[in-house]
Formats: sequence, structure tokens, C-alpha cells
Amino acid sequence: MNAEAGNTVYSPAASEIAEALAERLGIAGLISQPTADGITTLWVPREKLHAILGCLKRELLPPHVMLFDLTAIDERRRIHRQGQPESDFTVVYHLLSFGRNADIRLKVALHENALTLPTVSDLWPSANWYEREAWDMFGIVFEGHPHLRRILMPPTWQGHPLRKDHYARATEKEPFTLPDERQDIEQNALRFVPEDWGMSRRSEESDFMFLNMGPNHPSVHGVFRVALQLDGEEIVNALPDIGYHHRGAEKMGERQSWHTYIPYTDRVDYLGGSMNNLPYVLAVEKLAGIKVPPRAEVIRVMVAELYRIASHLLFYGTYAQDIGQLSPIFYMFIDREQVFDIVESISGARMHSSYFRIGGVAMDLPKGWDKRIREFLDHFPGRLDDYDKLVMQNGTIKRRTQGVGAYNTREAIDWGATGPGLRATGFGWDYRKARPYSGYQNFEFEIPIAQNGDCYDRCAVRVEEMRQSVRIIGQCLDNMPEGPHKAEHPLTTPPPRARTLHDIETLIQHFLNVSWGPVIPAGEASFTVEATKGLNAYYLTSDGSGMSYRTRIRTPSFPHLQMIPMMCRGMMVADLIAILASIDFVMADVDR
Amino acid sequence: MNDELGEAPDIAGILIAVIAVAALLIWVERRLLAFWQDRLGPNRVGPLGLMQVVADMIKMFFKEDWIPPFADKPIFVIAPTIVFITALAAFAVIPFAPGVGIIDFNFGLLYFLALSSLSVYSIVLAGYASNNKYSLLGGLRAAAQTVSYEVFMGISIMGVVMLAGTFDLREIVEAQRGGWFIVPQFVGFVIFLIAIVAESRRGPLDLPEAEQELVAGFHTEYSGMKFGMFFVGEYVAIILSSAIIVTLFFGGWLGPWLPPLAWFCLKTGIGVLFFILIRGALPRPRYDQLMAFGWKILLPAGLLNLVITGALALPPG
Repeated sequence: MNAEAGNTVYSPAASEIAEALAERLGIAGLISQPTADGITTLWVPREKLHAILGCLKRELLPPHVMLFDLTAIDERRRIHRQGQPESDFTVVYHLLSFGRNADIRLKVALHENALTLPTVSDLWPSANWYEREAWDMFGIVFEGHPHLRRILMPPTWQGHPLRKDHYARATEKEPFTLPDERQDIEQNALRFVPEDWGMSRRSEESDFMFLNMGPNHPSVHGVFRVALQLDGEEIVNALPDIGYHHRGAEKMGERQSWHTYIPYTDRVDYLGGSMNNLPYVLAVEKLAGIKVPPRAEVIRVMVAELYRIASHLLFYGTYAQDIGQLSPIFYMFIDREQVFDIVESISGARMHSSYFRIGGVAMDLPKGWDKRIREFLDHFPGRLDDYDKLVMQNGTIKRRTQGVGAYNTREAIDWGATGPGLRATGFGWDYRKARPYSGYQNFEFEIPIAQNGDCYDRCAVRVEEMRQSVRIIGQCLDNMPEGPHKAEHPLTTPPPRARTLHDIETLIQHFLNVSWGPVIPAGEASFTVEATKGLNAYYLTSDGSGMSYRTRIRTPSFPHLQMIPMMCRGMMVADLIAILASIDFVMADVDR
Repeated sequence: MNDELGEAPDIAGILIAVIAVAALLIWVERRLLAFWQDRLGPNRVGPLGLMQVVADMIKMFFKEDWIPPFADKPIFVIAPTIVFITALAAFAVIPFAPGVGIIDFNFGLLYFLALSSLSVYSIVLAGYASNNKYSLLGGLRAAAQTVSYEVFMGISIMGVVMLAGTFDLREIVEAQRGGWFIVPQFVGFVIFLIAIVAESRRGPLDLPEAEQELVAGFHTEYSGMKFGMFFVGEYVAIILSSAIIVTLFFGGWLGPWLPPLAWFCLKTGIGVLFFILIRGALPRPRYDQLMAFGWKILLPAGLLNLVITGALALPPG
């Protein structure tokens, strides 16, 4: 296969889209912005936004069916904006077309005094939370939005955190105090009022019970709250409430150097470890124009797939446990421990190895690195077969999960579901195959799919993915290229130091890139990978400095949680637990 | 009736033995589950971790005796004692061995059924008095589950009663001299086993507490010694269930070579291990599935078993 496939641009030509829009909607003169990732980026006028998005989704064939991401940029302090229209706040819509296998990005310029836009939640149900997030973080008002409230910050929060004039750390403020009256206000603000959420307290037949599940509950996998409207044990409605795990990962990106932000990415999907590094370093490398040597690429694939197995094992165990099976999780944790032992011997750390670097990986593989991996690959498939008998073939598990929490491909795409949750509906779309990155085009593996899109199928897809990951890792072992583990490029971190004591230029370069961090050229780039839980993308904006101007993290779990009401209506409380278990989310991946 | 029964030392002896074994079971269960799950379990306190029980007890005794301000206090306090008392009181009719036991009377089996039905009050009242929604859901589940499975439990053992021709547990054991009732009453045994697991609310049929769904179900608000009562009461119930299974289906104290009491303890011990094993092995069905299984499968099967046993066992005429 083409070894250069990683550099293919998956985006339609700007002229093609512009012509089509001019023909259908009579909109001409759209400004096209060049980006480092090559994704066609068009600036569209605010009044026409809804029409254009509707046209792209429904009329232009093949359509752009998925709203992949919706976010904003505070442009007020950005210097390098040549060729872009005047804008204080820019709202960015990232659409994905499966039919074209192409992306398109639309931008809308907003003035500080008129931060309003029409909602697109009527086009994509998934836009609901994304728009709430943009309101919460930037104060952008989406007209016609059904429920425009804060989503990540507490309801009493003052200001919009991702604005450039909002403070970035608590130490910029007076020391925090919580007097009694303030505590009362905060507590009252958290009081659950069903009417605020459009839920009635009683129907003609019965009074509903409102059950507050979480933010502390054994089965919500972190700090996540679901407000349940119950009729007996039957769920009338369920409202996911997120934000309890919000740590401002995107804001931190704006004050860490490009290099020192890598460890923060590990902690976004904290079960995915270095899998999180991958989209970040790949996006930075796009901006910097670094080409990664083949050995580094294969090492990255190998470590990322090991983390996929580790994450899926934890999913598998908790899935069985949430259905009331006590034992499987312990067996699976033993395997997971072995994966961590391997990762530890390679990188020195277990869960959050931060092993990838801009331009390669932190260090070369240790001597005899393949021994442990080979041992693991030899016995792990047999253990997976045992788990099939233990969990997947168990009658009670099947009765608890088959036909529960099902959705079809169309719903999945409308709601922004990706990863195993999408493939369980029978749609075999895997980023590693569709748009190979980091050398995935050189590996042989299959895309496991299932047909029913229910809880059982989501688990079955993940189990099969582990087997495919084993295949990929085996190929890494057999075909590990020789050569450097990091690119020879001045912007890599830490920069190459072989010649630092021989010429002053390299010494200065090294000194500054280590102390201040590399200066990445101004521009924008996003990079998406098939992470453990779905598509994970980093959309980075550089203003030509040692820090990112805007770091946008598009995580898979965020849209997945938004689907919960759709999935569990009319089900029992016990079904909700099975549904939550089958989604496979971590709250850090939702709230960031 | 045996004159030696009913003496005060006997009662005290059995009472202390049962409670001590129940407490020890906490350790046994944790260690056994651990070994089955490739772990070690509590092994730090004392030899083999045996003193863990003592440490847990001390902790529980000295915990703050806290009653939530929103709870219905008298009922909240009484509820945990009921489960403990009913389980212990049921031991009165268990025939441990010839000459060992508290009381013998000819409706022993009915007495056992009556007390095991009473224990559901404990759960329902605890769920109600806690004034907590999770507890309430747990209490509701317990009420429905226990009341239903009592029916199947009662029906399943009528076959044994027909074969033995008595409700007296001691005579039921004697009637098995020719062969254990598990052979002719295998269907009854299976139904009784499922029903008694549901009745004692043990995993995998622990729906009233279902940790993953209801946090801790009916005892969410309980702590300290009141929680301890539920906890130890559960283990007393396991021993009781196991003892009654042995009495009804496995010939009680009957067996060669060993003294009768040893046989009884051995068989009961194996029963207890089985209870622990199924908790470690099986997932939990959904509430409606459990109910449907009971009414649609266990009830007809139990009735059929009863009719066939009746036709074969009772003399025509």
C-alpha cells in the first residue's frame, strides 16, 4: 500500500463546495482559509449558516452527515490572522461525510456585541450539548436552542472560562472562601427542579418518582449524574448532567508549552494512556511539518494498541460487573496488569505514560522488549476465549443486554456516535482503515462489526477489537523497522542533542527549545484518531508562539453520553446500568 | 419427643455456635471468593487473616450509631433485628443429629416456612423507614421477590412431605434411611434451591440490594452495628438455608463411619460453599425477568412435580 497515505488530505476542494453552494443557495464569495491539515475551511455569513449546513447535510451528495465537532475560538488576542475576516469570536463547525470520506470545516465570524447564532440542534440532535458548551465556555447565544444552560461549569459561575479575558488559574484571584450564605446559594442552585428540565411531576395515571443517580454512584463510572424520572422502576425520562469532572484541559493548553501539554492529554481519556498523546502530537507535527521516522510510527501503533487492549479489558470487566457478575473483572485486571507491565518496561510509567513526543517517542525500546509482549500475545487470545464462555455466552448476560439500549446507524450518526458504538450498528467505519494514519495502512486487520446496535453488540465489537489489536501488535513485533525513534527536526521535543557540543547554533536551539519549548508556526490543524472509545480529535490553533492559542479536544464520550435519554426511555433502572456499562465512557473524557 | 432436648445449655451452645460460624463465614466467603478470583483476600490480621473477623467486629461495634434525621426512628431500629431474630429462631427446629437440637415438634417445616416469610418484614421496613429512594426501591423489590418465591418454595417441598408423610424435620431425616430425597425429588430440589437463594436475597438474586443499581438497596442508610445485624443475619440465613436443604434432600445427619453431627456439619458446610460459589459465578437477572421466571417456569414445574409425586407416592384408592 501507499506508505504516504498518512499525508492524504481527506477533504473536498474548496472550489467544489463553494460552487455547489453558489448553485443551490446563490451564496457566492465565500472566503476559503488555508489550514495546515488541508481540511477545506470556509467562512460563511451568519445569516446563511443554517441554510448552508442544511444543504451540506441533506442536499449535497454525498452528504456531510455527521456534526463531528462544534466549538469556538476567542480571536481577540490572535495576531496571525492574515486572510481571515474580522472576527472577535469564531464558531467552528466540523462536518464529516462518510460517503465522500471527507471533512469540511465552516467558520462563522461574530462580533463581540452580537454573539448570537441560529441553533443547528434541529439539524443534528448532537448539536444540543455542543452549543451548550460553546455558550458555557464563550458566552455565544444560540437562538432557538431548546435548553441553553451551562453544561460544564456550575450554574452559579460568573464569566465564560475559555474567553481570553477569563483568568486561567485560581491563584490569579483572591484566595477562595465559602461563607455559609454562599454555600446555601450554591446548594440551592444544585437543587433538582423537574420543571426546569421540562419534566412534569405527575401523569394522569401516576405520580413520578425522581431519582438522583450520581454524581456518586457505583455504576456511573466516575462523577456523573443522571436525573431519572421513574414510574415504578420504569424510566420515563433520564437527564444526564455532566461537568463534575471538568478540569479545564482546553484552557490549560493555552498556558502550557507545546511539549509540556503532552502529559495532560494522557489524563483526558485516563484509561487510554498514550492513545491520547497520538492525536495531539500528530496535530502538532502537522503544524510544524515534521515527518516521523518509520520506527517511531510502528512503536506508536504498538503502544496505542496495547492501551486499546487495556482500556477494552477494563470495559469488559466492568460491563460484566455492572450486570452483577462479580468475578470476570478480576481475571481481566490480571491481563490488564500484564499490559501495564509491558508499557512500564517500555516507557517507565503504567497508566499515563506520556510516551509520545513531538516528532517521535520519548526513548527507544529497551533491550529485549519483545519478550514480554510475545508472552502476552501467546496466552491472551486463549484467555479471551475463556471470557467468551464466561461472559458473552452466559444466558443471563444475553437476556440482560440483547435488545437493550439499541439504536440504528442513522441515529448513531445523527447523535455523533463513533467507534465501537457506531460499528455495533452494522456500519464498519474505522478511522484506521478509512484514513490510515501513523502507518496503519501497512497493517493487516479487520474491522469488527455487529448488527443490532444494542448493549450486547457494543460489547461483542470491543471483544473482537481486542483480537484485532493482538494481530496488529504481532505485526509490530515481526516488522519493527530499525532507525531513529525521533525525527531529526529542530522543533521536536526534546530536540536532537547529538551535535549540541559541536556547534553553537544547535546548542542555542536546544537550550531554547528545552527551556521555553519549541515555537510552532502559526496555523491551524486538527487530527483525528480512532481512540479506545471512538474518534478523538485535537484541533490546535497556533499563533506562532511557544504555547497553543487554542486547544480544542473533541472526545468520543461527550456525544455518547448525550444519547442516554434516547437509549433508555421506557426501560428499567437495571437496563440503564447495562446501557451505561455498554457505552464505555470515562468522565474525564466527557468533561475534559 | 426426646427428653434431652430443650435444655438451656443446648440452646446457648447452638446459639453461640451458629453466630460464631456466621461471623467466621464472612472471612470464609472473602477468602474463597478471592481464591476463585485469583486474588488473596484478607490475609494480614492474624494467622491466614482469621482475626479479620474480630477486627471487623470491633470496628462495627465502635462505629457511631447514627440514625439519619429523616428516618422513621423506631422502625429503622427494629428492622435489622427482625432479620437476625427470625433466622436464629428458625434454628430451633433444625435437627442437627439424634439428640442434638432445641425443639422437636411435628410442624417443624411449617414453622421454618413461617419464620422465613417473616424475615421479609425486616427488609421492607428497613427500606420504608430509611426514607431514601434507593432503599425504597430495594424494599419494593424485596417484597415482590420474597412473597413470590415463598410460593414456589412451599410448593417445591410438598413432594418431600408427601414422601415422608410428615412435617416433622426429624422424621423427614429418618425417612431418608433408604435413600436421599434428592433422587426422587430432584425437580423439587432445584426449585427449592433457586427459591431459597431468592428468599435469602443472596447473589445472584440479590436484587433488593443490587449494588450496581441501588447502591446498597434497603440498607443504604444503615451503618455500624445495625448494618452488622443485616450482615451477620445474611450469613445466619445462609447456614440456615444450607441446613434445611441438607435436612430435606441430603439425608440430614445420616451417613456411614462418621458421627451423625459431623455428617450434618460437613453437608451443611458444602452447601454453604455452594452458596458462595454461585455468588461469585453468576450475573444478576433483571427484576421483571426474575419474576417472570418464577411465575412462568418455577410455579408450573413445581405443581407438575407435586402432581406426579402424588400420583406415584400416595396409594391409589
